[in-house]
This record gives sequence, structure tokens and C-alpha cells, in this order.
Amino acid sequence: MALLDVNKLSIHFGGVKAVQEVSFSIDAGIVYAVIGPNGAGKTTLFNLITGVYKPTSGEIRLDGESIGGKSPNELATRGVARTFQNLQICMNMSAIENVMVGAHLRLDRNLLKAALRLPTLTRRDAEMRVEAAELMRFVGLEKYIEARADSMPYGALKRLEIARALAMKPRLIFLDEPAAGLNPKETIEVDELIRKVADSGITVVLVEHDMKMVMNLSDRILVLDYGKKLAEGTGEEVRRNPDVIAAYLGAHA
Amino acid sequence: MQKRAYFGLYIVIAVLAVLPLVVPNSFYLDLAIRMAINAVIVLGLNLLIGFAGQISLGHAGFLGIGAYASAVLPTHFGWHPLLAMGAGAAVTGLLAAVLARPIFKLKGQYLAMATLGLGIIINIAIRNEAAWTGGPDGMPVPTMGLMGFELASDKHWYWVVALMLSVSVWASINLIDSPFGRALRALHGSEVASQVVGVDVVRYKVAIFVMSAVFASLMGSVTAHYVGFVTPNLADFFHSIELVTMVVIGGMASVYGSLIGAVLLTALPQALATFEGWETVAFGVILMVCMIFMPKGLVPTLAAKFGKGD
Repeated sequence: MALLDVNKLSIHFGGVKAVQEVSFSIDAGIVYAVIGPNGAGKTTLFNLITGVYKPTSGEIRLDGESIGGKSPNELATRGVARTFQNLQICMNMSAIENVMVGAHLRLDRNLLKAALRLPTLTRRDAEMRVEAAELMRFVGLEKYIEARADSMPYGALKRLEIARALAMKPRLIFLDEPAAGLNPKETIEVDELIRKVADSGITVVLVEHDMKMVMNLSDRILVLDYGKKLAEGTGEEVRRNPDVIAAYLGAHA
Repeated sequence: MQKRAYFGLYIVIAVLAVLPLVVPNSFYLDLAIRMAINAVIVLGLNLLIGFAGQISLGHAGFLGIGAYASAVLPTHFGWHPLLAMGAGAAVTGLLAAVLARPIFKLKGQYLAMATLGLGIIINIAIRNEAAWTGGPDGMPVPTMGLMGFELASDKHWYWVVALMLSVSVWASINLIDSPFGRALRALHGSEVASQVVGVDVVRYKVAIFVMSAVFASLMGSVTAHYVGFVTPNLADFFHSIELVTMVVIGGMASVYGSLIGAVLLTALPQALATFEGWETVAFGVILMVCMIFMPKGLVPTLAAKFGKGD
């Protein structure tokens, strides 16, 4: 059985049908890419699956359990992590604290214990700080371990989001344009990072415009256009699909 | 960050310990007590406003509930003052928890309006229930006693309040640097990011709102017993604004900013008394100048200037 099963998923904003009857499924352990022209509904699809938007109709199943309409924090308890196309970093916190927030559900969140600084809680917190520093090294942010988030460059913040998502120890991670705005060198580094994440056993779902990266990384690709599924398959299948060529090159197939 | 934060706590404790030895007369001791009381309230309010990024314009209402619980319950029903204080805090906590759920579905100016309305309703209730509360004239409050020991003199109150303040500062620092505190700051920094990592944002907003309301209620009780008299002004809108101003002037999301804000704004009206009829104007001008040149508040601005984080 697939890890994620999406069946006839739709969302309408007033008259705008941003996502229409899209179905696909993702097996555990693969890298799955969602591509399509600007405005095709890729980010909307992510927002639907990660609970930021509630679907108008259709079904989303994670490991057989229906998760459509559940809130993001409920999905987080089920091991769903994500990053954002437009950065969502807490600029009022240090870089490492941003990563530690990712481990929210793995730590003791009791208010009273925290206020009284009970040793069990602080010990676990200290361990988490070490783990968060390791994660920052893993994503290539070793020189920002002591930094404040608001002093970091854009490319580093992109990775910080990935580190925060990894701190959740997710089963499934959604990366929304991880290479957007990065220079070619940084793009290659992020490419390698995503490979490492996938190799660690986490299922990766990717929205990305960098075709080289998509073709290089993905086991399967979903192509969206005007909110509808245009094609789905391996990189080779998608590349040869006449509808996809038409959508990208603007030809009338 | 943590070491420096606790270092600040030692300074606070040292200042509190030395202060009664150096104050020239009881006027200053009284001022110090009122500063410390405000500082505890402002600490709680700063957790809500500065750290969690929510606003409350009704906190004087909660303070009023605590103050009037301590006045009414012992006077009319013969309750022990400590029990009355606890009851006031419990009622405040319950009220805040029940109302916070719908209120925290709101954001920004709507949240400000809702909390403003709540504070005003509490104040009106206090003014109108004259049979119990003395109405606009207020009512006397019995002294607080503890196992045969009467808390009567300013010296006694000073040590009680100093202890409360020290514990509050310690607890606040602890809280901020814990999973709970990080979740609070994260929902301020990016609400959607905090949700995605599993923070139930409404629950956290409610929790910190209730906690800061209970702080205000407890200190309302302390104020009532210390002053020995309560009036509805304790619970009015202007008092709520004053408390929020202390948070903003001292510095949002700064523990020591809360203390500085409370100390300055409690002392300022006294210092400006020489201006006679113009003190309110001078007060307003000072606030405006502070906000124009130090929009982040005193402590964060100065800390940044001298290259240190808070």
C-alpha cells in the first residue's frame, strides 16, 4: 500500500478551481516531484495535503488513514513535515532554536515543569540542543550554529527550514521549491542534501522549477497545469509526454 | 544567552536585598513595593504580548477580580484572605480560559477590541454591584494574616513582594528557554511554521493568556491587602493601557525590559509631580519620544547598542 494516497482532490476559492480532481499516490521511500508552470496549483496542493487548506472535495489518505481537513499540528503528530516556498522562519529566535522548535512534539511541553526548571526537562532540552546542532551540520549550516536567524542569508535560511523539518523525525517531508532563489552552486548543494535526506529513509515530495534537479532526484513526477493533473510517471515518461511538452512550450499538441 | 539571563536574576535579587537598607524613608519603600507589584504583572503580560505576540487591553479587569475577591470575600463572607486570593485567581483563570478560546480565534485589532471589551465589562460589574463592592467609592480591605502573623507594615510587604518578583523573574526565564516557551515565540515568529511542526497554536495562546491573567489577579489581591482599600480605578481601561505601556516602553519580549518598564512608569508620575497640572502632558511627551527613538523599547535597544543580546 502506498504511503500517501490522494483521490480526486479539489479546492475552489470562490470561482477559482485551484486544484481539480487530482489523484496520485506516493510509495514510501521514494522522491516524488510535483512540477508545472507558475499558477498550476503546486503549492496549493502542498497546502491541502499538509492541512493549511481544507479540501473542497476529495480524499487524502496517509497509511490508509483519512487525513483530509486535519489541521497542520494534527498532521505533524503523524510524521508529516514541510518547508515553505516563501520562508517561514521565526526571526525572533536564534537559528538553533528554530531547529529545536521542529522537535516540539518530541519534547516535554509542560508549562509548570518548564517554569520550575525541572532537571528531567532541562536535560532533555540540552540533548535536543546537541541534536539540533548535528542537524545543522547535516544540512551544511555548521557556521550558523550560534547565529541569530535574522542575521542569516537567504540560502542558509532555506536549509534552516529543512533542518527544522528534519528535527520532527518525519516519515514524509514536503519541500516547496527548496532551490528557488539559490545560485547554481547552492542549488547543487541542496540537490545533494535532498539525496541525503531521501537516503536516510524519509519519503520526499518536492515542488521545484529547476528541471535538472527534478530529473536528477525524482523517482516519479506529477505534472500539474491549471489545477489539473496533466501527466504522471517516471522522468523519462513525463519528458516524452506530448501534453507536458505542449504545456511547457506553449505548443498546441 | 541563558547564563547572561540568570546573571540578571542575581542582580535583581541583590538590588531587592539591598534596597530597604538604602531607601531614605517610607515614601520610597512604598514606591518600591508598587514598582515590584507592577513588575510582576508586566512580566506576565510581556509573556503574552512580547513573547507570544498577542495583545490584551483588558488585564486591569483581571487585576480587579483579584483585588475585589480579596476585599469582598473576607469582608462579607468571613473567608480567610489567602483563600480569597486563591479563589480570585481561580475565578480569573476560569474566566480567562472560557473566554480565551473564542477570543483567540481573532487576531490583531479584533483581539484588542475583544480584550478591551472584557476589561470594561468587569469594571462596570464592579462599579454597579455597589452592595458588595462599594460601587465607585470602593471599599476597605481587611489585613492579610498568616498563621497568627499579621502582614501590616510596609517592611513585611516589601519582602513578600520582593520574593514574588524574584520567583517570577526566575520562572519567566525558565519558561522562555523551554519547549513551551519556544513554541510561544515560534507562533509569534511564524504561526504557520509553528503549526506545521505540531504546535496547537490556540492552546498555547490560551495557556499564556490564562497564566498572565492569573498573575494579574494575584497581584491585584496583593495590591488590595497592601493598600488596604480598593476602588474600581484598579480595574479600569486606563490601568490596562498603563500596563501595556510598561511592556512596550521597557521592551517587548524582554524579561528585564518588563522590570525597567514597570519601575520607570511607576516612578515617572512621582518624578513629574513638580510640573503640577502639566504632569500628564510631560508623561505623554516622554512616552512619545521613547517610542520614536526606541520603538523596540528601552532594554532591547540599549542591549543592541552595546552589542549584547538580552
